[in-house]
Amino acid sequence: MADLSFVRSEMLPERAPPANEVGIVKWLRTNLFSTWPNALLTVAAFYVIYLVLAGVLPWLFGGVWTTSSLSECREVLQGDVGGCFSVLTERWNQLIYGFKYPTELYWRPNLALVLLAFAAAPVLFFDLPRKLLLFTAIYPFIAYWLVWGGPIGVPVTAFVGILGAYLVFERFSASNFALGALGGVATAFVLWFIGGYLVDMMASENPLLTPVASRDLGGFMLNLMLGVTCVSLSIPLGIALALGRQSSMPLIKGVCVIFIEFIRGVPLITLLFVASVMLAYFFPPDATVDLFLRVVIMITLFSSAYIAEVIRGGLAALPKGQYEAADSLGLDYPQAMRFIILPQALKISIPGIVNVAVGLFKDTTLVSVISMFDLVGMIRGPILASQEWNGVYWELLGFAALLFFVVCYGISQYSQWLERRLRTDHR
Amino acid sequence: MKKSAFLGALTVAGIAASAAVAQDASTVDQIKERGKLNCGVTTGLVGFAAPDANGQWNGFDVGVCRAVAAAVLGDANAVEFVPTTGKTRFTALASGEIDMLARNTTWTFSRDVDLKFEFVGVNYYDGQGFMVPKELGATSAKELDGATVCIQTGTTTELNLADFFRANDMSYEPVPIETNAEAQQQYLAGACDVYTTDASGLAATRATFEDPSAHVLLPEIISKEPLGPLVRHGDNEWGDIVRWTLNALIAAEELGVTSANIGELGASAGANPEINRLLGTEGTLGEMLGLDAEWAKRAIMAGGNYGELFAKNIGEDTPIALARGLNAQWTEGGLLYAPPFR
Repeated sequence: MADLSFVRSEMLPERAPPANEVGIVKWLRTNLFSTWPNALLTVAAFYVIYLVLAGVLPWLFGGVWTTSSLSECREVLQGDVGGCFSVLTERWNQLIYGFKYPTELYWRPNLALVLLAFAAAPVLFFDLPRKLLLFTAIYPFIAYWLVWGGPIGVPVTAFVGILGAYLVFERFSASNFALGALGGVATAFVLWFIGGYLVDMMASENPLLTPVASRDLGGFMLNLMLGVTCVSLSIPLGIALALGRQSSMPLIKGVCVIFIEFIRGVPLITLLFVASVMLAYFFPPDATVDLFLRVVIMITLFSSAYIAEVIRGGLAALPKGQYEAADSLGLDYPQAMRFIILPQALKISIPGIVNVAVGLFKDTTLVSVISMFDLVGMIRGPILASQEWNGVYWELLGFAALLFFVVCYGISQYSQWLERRLRTDHR
Repeated sequence: MKKSAFLGALTVAGIAASAAVAQDASTVDQIKERGKLNCGVTTGLVGFAAPDANGQWNGFDVGVCRAVAAAVLGDANAVEFVPTTGKTRFTALASGEIDMLARNTTWTFSRDVDLKFEFVGVNYYDGQGFMVPKELGATSAKELDGATVCIQTGTTTELNLADFFRANDMSYEPVPIETNAEAQQQYLAGACDVYTTDASGLAATRATFEDPSAHVLLPEIISKEPLGPLVRHGDNEWGDIVRWTLNALIAAEELGVTSANIGELGASAGANPEINRLLGTEGTLGEMLGLDAEWAKRAIMAGGNYGELFAKNIGEDTPIALARGLNAQWTEGGLLYAPPFR
């Protein structure tokens, strides 16, 4: 019997895999055409995408950018498909700054925006040197002065008041937190009171920066200002409310619960109407609180109630052992909160807080119903009511959607980065 | 302690506030002291009030504000335009945030009486009308039996429409829509044969169409919408000023006083005594109002007489192309009828 056994003595050379198991074909087969129903769905989906693009792309690329009215647009297009984007170029300044902000002063809000990047960076990215936070601390006063102008004494006084309050707080809070806090507040008010007189006395006829009234702010600038101010104010307020709601002192707890439940039970638009309409009844005609400030207060209160609930969720998610651990180390309440509880609770709360922040930013467009000319207010009011542009809807509202998307998507991406960065468990 | 101090401060503020309201100087004095007229306008309505690309307010209602500012302050640009929405307009006026409201507001009984405002006159007689495509061939609303009608829900126009068709024993099929923008789309897409809303709104809507000439406004007007400026109850002197400024614009057109010839006519007393009284070259009408003799002259020079304002903002040469119709002088078959300046 012949020996038929065969032993290969060398490796076979590698062969290319079958053509339908590699590359694009394989990818298509597994992802798009794996089964008959999937294949049909793929074809249908491609058809829908084609239909959408076939409609949108000619409109987008056939658009007109240089005419000065809708009727001119139509003359240029001669019945072809194309957007009338001229409205964006012609009314660009109005869309961004509103229609009353003085043209020659546009550099001021622009500069404030650039500085905002520097001020926000150390807060958002904590790998940056901590000394940059000093700039963040003075930024609000610089920004106020840049956007509103007027005598420099006003922001300086405000800053000195806050600084004094901080120093008093630092001096006393080590021994007694409550004394530090109360003393700080009292110091701030005393300094503001004195400063108010000094500013009135020293106010010159021609301040360095021309004053601009709140009513003259508008456009996307107003949305950004409202969004940034209200988010940054409502997070500390929300933390305080969340802690207050967990407090064992019945009065504080009661006040916080009532506040949060009341605010959450009322639509934002109602609060805005109260701010713009009802408050006017309570003030004498010439001594009203600035409308911008009223709106900021209302939106801040509104979103702080939501943020408080988000943070309360974070606090509730912490195991009881963390609180007990803090107690057993001999930390008092402020220390335990600052060093043990809040860092963990806030980390858990990030997605929720970002959710509220994005919602708040979009809610700033509601101010258009109380006749403030934010981006949407500008579009719905002056621009669509002008004889040149009456009838242009898609281009304007699409532009507004684009601006909001860019900002909100940015916030969302940042929060995802933050979550990855803060992840300390080993998943 | 702290709390009582706070309450005390609140009380003081409250007393100060009520005192400020109580000692209310007359509206005219406040305006003169401020140097600006606070005039409530819409946040934007084609032809009636809208800021242009440079932020300057223009429009038919804006013209009234400017005329009053010119009469009181001598400067047609001394106006702070306060944009109001349909919801904020009345509270803005009642709370004193604005001195007058010129915001295409319909004069109705309850607004005049119950809300405690004083309508000083009518600067535009509007009414509900119909728009149809020309190819439909209708020339009168009475030929619309069986038509589908685009109608904004929840408005008085809906009720007016039902009344009109019932009174004329016709049937119709309503296509409910929410906003004017939606109505435009539906109407252009052929979802309805007829679109009905206020006639000025129809004209403004038609002006935005690619081919406005393919659509016609039917002659019937089926409701009364007298739009006019208004002021608060309680300061009749101020109401008189606004009322007679509006009347001066209307009378100026009737008397043939235009912004072109007013310099000549107002320079010295002419042959027509009413023109002389109007322009202050004779009599003491301005003094009676608490203004100077040339108040009406300045008001007319601000933007022209009523006819000029109309022609410039909403008239037939503008894209809106509204005919004078009811808003012609009484001598030409319209309703404009200024009481005599005497």
